[in-house]
Amino acid sequence: MNDVNTTMVDKYRNDFLKEVEENVEEGHWVKMCMQCGVCSGSCPFGPHWDHPPQEIFMMIRAGKRDEVLTTESMWMCTSCYNCIVRCPRELPITHIMHGLANYAHRLGIAPKMNPTRRFSAIFWNNITKTGRVNELALSLKLYFMDGFGNGVKKALAMKKVGIGMIKTKRLNPLALVNHKGVKNPKELHTLIKKAREIEDRRKGLAS
Amino acid sequence: MSENKTAVYVCKGCGIGDRLDTDQLANIAESEGKCSLVRQHDFLCNADGVNTIRNDIDSEAVTHVVIAACSRRAKTDAFGFDDVAVGRANLREGVIWVRPDSEEARETTQEMADDYVRMACAEIQYMKQPEANQNAGTHKTILVVGGGISGITAAVESSKAGYAALLVEKSGQLGGWAAKLHKRVPNSEPFADPQDTGVHDLIKLVEDDNNITVFLNSTVTRTSGAPGQFSVDISAESGDTVTENVGSIIQASGFSNYDANQLPELGYGKSPDVVDQAQLEELARQAGDGPMTRPSDGKEIESVVFVQCAGQRSEKPGHLPYCSGHCCNTSIKQAMYFKDTNPDVDTMVMFDDLRTPGNGEDFYRSAQRKGVIFTKGKAQQVDAANGQLQVNFRDMILDEDAVANADLVVLATGQVPNSGVDIEATAAADAEDESAESESAAEDTQEVSVSVDSILNLTYRQGVDLPHLRHGFSDSHFICFPYETRRSGIYTCGPVRRPMDIAQTQEDATGAALKAIQAVENAVLGRAAHPRSGDLSFPSFRREGCTQCKRCTVECPFGAIDEDEQRYPVFNESRCRRCGTCMGACPVRVISFENYSVDTVGQQIKNVDMPDEFDEKPRLLVLACENDAYPALDMAAQQGLEYSAFVRIVPVRCLGSVNTIWITDALNSGYDGVMLMGCKKGDDYQCHFVRGSELAHERMSKIDDTLQQLQLEPERVVTHEVEITDIHRVPTLINEYAAKIDEIGMNPFKGF
Repeated sequence: MNDVNTTMVDKYRNDFLKEVEENVEEGHWVKMCMQCGVCSGSCPFGPHWDHPPQEIFMMIRAGKRDEVLTTESMWMCTSCYNCIVRCPRELPITHIMHGLANYAHRLGIAPKMNPTRRFSAIFWNNITKTGRVNELALSLKLYFMDGFGNGVKKALAMKKVGIGMIKTKRLNPLALVNHKGVKNPKELHTLIKKAREIEDRRKGLAS
Repeated sequence: MSENKTAVYVCKGCGIGDRLDTDQLANIAESEGKCSLVRQHDFLCNADGVNTIRNDIDSEAVTHVVIAACSRRAKTDAFGFDDVAVGRANLREGVIWVRPDSEEARETTQEMADDYVRMACAEIQYMKQPEANQNAGTHKTILVVGGGISGITAAVESSKAGYAALLVEKSGQLGGWAAKLHKRVPNSEPFADPQDTGVHDLIKLVEDDNNITVFLNSTVTRTSGAPGQFSVDISAESGDTVTENVGSIIQASGFSNYDANQLPELGYGKSPDVVDQAQLEELARQAGDGPMTRPSDGKEIESVVFVQCAGQRSEKPGHLPYCSGHCCNTSIKQAMYFKDTNPDVDTMVMFDDLRTPGNGEDFYRSAQRKGVIFTKGKAQQVDAANGQLQVNFRDMILDEDAVANADLVVLATGQVPNSGVDIEATAAADAEDESAESESAAEDTQEVSVSVDSILNLTYRQGVDLPHLRHGFSDSHFICFPYETRRSGIYTCGPVRRPMDIAQTQEDATGAALKAIQAVENAVLGRAAHPRSGDLSFPSFRREGCTQCKRCTVECPFGAIDEDEQRYPVFNESRCRRCGTCMGACPVRVISFENYSVDTVGQQIKNVDMPDEFDEKPRLLVLACENDAYPALDMAAQQGLEYSAFVRIVPVRCLGSVNTIWITDALNSGYDGVMLMGCKKGDDYQCHFVRGSELAHERMSKIDDTLQQLQLEPERVVTHEVEITDIHRVPTLINEYAAKIDEIGMNPFKGF
């Protein structure tokens, strides 16, 4: 069991709604949901979620902490913003979904193999390393994240697109060794570290 | 009495002169209508036209006027001559606007107009200009029964408008339920927090008002009379009785709380920690601004569950089938009592459909902000275990059974109206007793009822209290005349009329007060109240012909007719609403109004020119209710919708006034079909006279026997429910019926 997670369970006991309010991005909006279900009806991925947003809000109020934080549901969100536009109570539902996903990830109890989570992690590491996305490295990392064999298969399937992109100078094969980042990546790293410290302190996550 | 002189004026304006042969119409009026003075005018409703009529009345001693022009609903100001009887032949909306302007239609269109002139001339011979009721009362004081928030408001509003009010309250103090509340649901911006009830200020207004007399610990023990002249006994608990004369009455008897003992499954009666909303108000009052404690052991309450729709909106026997409207807002308010004292108290409102009327949506949001949890769920069982309550419920969103623990459970039970004795059930039980001589009176447990003591103790033949509609609420025309009951001059307001909260009640009481004032003012002048307000006519009967059958006294929707010792009807003109239901009911046709009678309509029917069987011109009679059906027909004409030239339309005051003799006379004299158009009947009726449409349908269902005796097809008489908005439907109904009659064939009685 993760340490931060245990701390939070101890801190909030049964009051998961309060935990969400205090730790999740835009979490204070959850209590304002009036259970009309427009968000669930508007979501283009609705039928594929285990728990559509309306249900997630209800589960939070019902104190179903583990079920909410370990579900893959909010990782399904594609940020189409249909729910935000339509919510009669003006809840920032998309942001809350991402907030919940992020919080679950920080606690270390988000589903390990969820592709969205894995992509996000790869993307984050890639962009923060130099301050600019190394697209070639990102693609390769994604192709090969499920092992060498799978990576070759995926790469071959995308062969035509890749060659096309090289021909039109949309992809530079040399970028693997010659990627140009921001001027001073060290400074960026310090900045991000500081920001994280501030946020962790605010949320009581600092160890 | 001077001789009658009838003048007919044929208008040529609005295209009538272009489309119709007005000379022929004038001839018909003179020769067939036997009217001595006939004039044509190019534009009758202009100043010159109206002056022509006025001069004839003044210098030619004209007593009866027929205006052959537009619908009787048009130009009523121009043609409103108070000193003569006025009849109208509807040539514009009734003829030219509903017929195509074509060569082949010209003949039938002209025939239509000819007939309407004949009908108007026939009608006017049997009309008299009514004189106002001479038995009008003079009292203008308003009696308010019930000293709750609705009664107080009604008395204060009456007094503000300059009318003295008597306020009778059964208990020892004013204020009713509202006075027992800790705080009320807010009625002003920002609708965020519970606020002071304001009852004490209202009571002070009453106490400081010399125009309002308060009778505490008192009830109304006898009510007799009519608007403008009610006589009322007000008896105190001590036995002292005073008799007061009042002009109109407002019954604001309010509601009783639904008996939560009928909800053992929700723990009521099993644990003292299960309370209803009224009991929670008391707990809150006791606690003041401090924390509330459990009734069972005095422990400070840390968690509370509000169960909405407890024993209401449910079809289970003993439950209320309706929504009481206020309880969602009330529970929100009560949850705030807890949250405002201590935000850490867990408050959960378990709802099915959260309904927050008024500005309740803001209030709801405010509660959410304060951290009240709203759960869409259905409570199934409340158990007491380990010093706590367990609410077992079905979570309707997550679709699973769940349990909520609480120190206190509040049941949101509903309002049961204090509407007195159900006179219709009593009458039915009496009738049963009379016929079967059975000892066990039919115990009507269908409806949840509280008080069986009469509230008004009316001395009316029809019963001691106001008639109920559904679920024990007093009967009134829900859309058009919400405050008017079925007893003229007696109004209801507040939860006795329908479930409502304080804000709605105060609005309601103000409306009822204004209606009561209108009633006394009309009564003093001897005029009818709504819906025929201002009407001076009233019914009278020919005593020699009466068979004392009691049908008129039973069927009068407004309890206007009593019986004397010999069982002859006694008409109370001031209570009458002039619908003519008694006239339609009378089997020997002895009841009539001065300007509306069996003859005024019967003669119109008989004076239509009836083509013989081989002309292939059927004649269809339409008796149209003047409240909704006739305006709908007028509006159809205004929109240029067309209908068959074979119909002749006669407006009636209400379908209830349709006497079956008109139907049989019509069929006997050769009409091929009769169509009745009235308002919607049933529990959600639209009939302006409540029962008229229903009674007409009943009577027409019995006319089949007569038709069979005459060897006629039952389809020759049809009855339709029509709304004022059925502008496109009414012409279709007529045309379809014309086609149907074409199928059946001509009436074999033509020419006899």
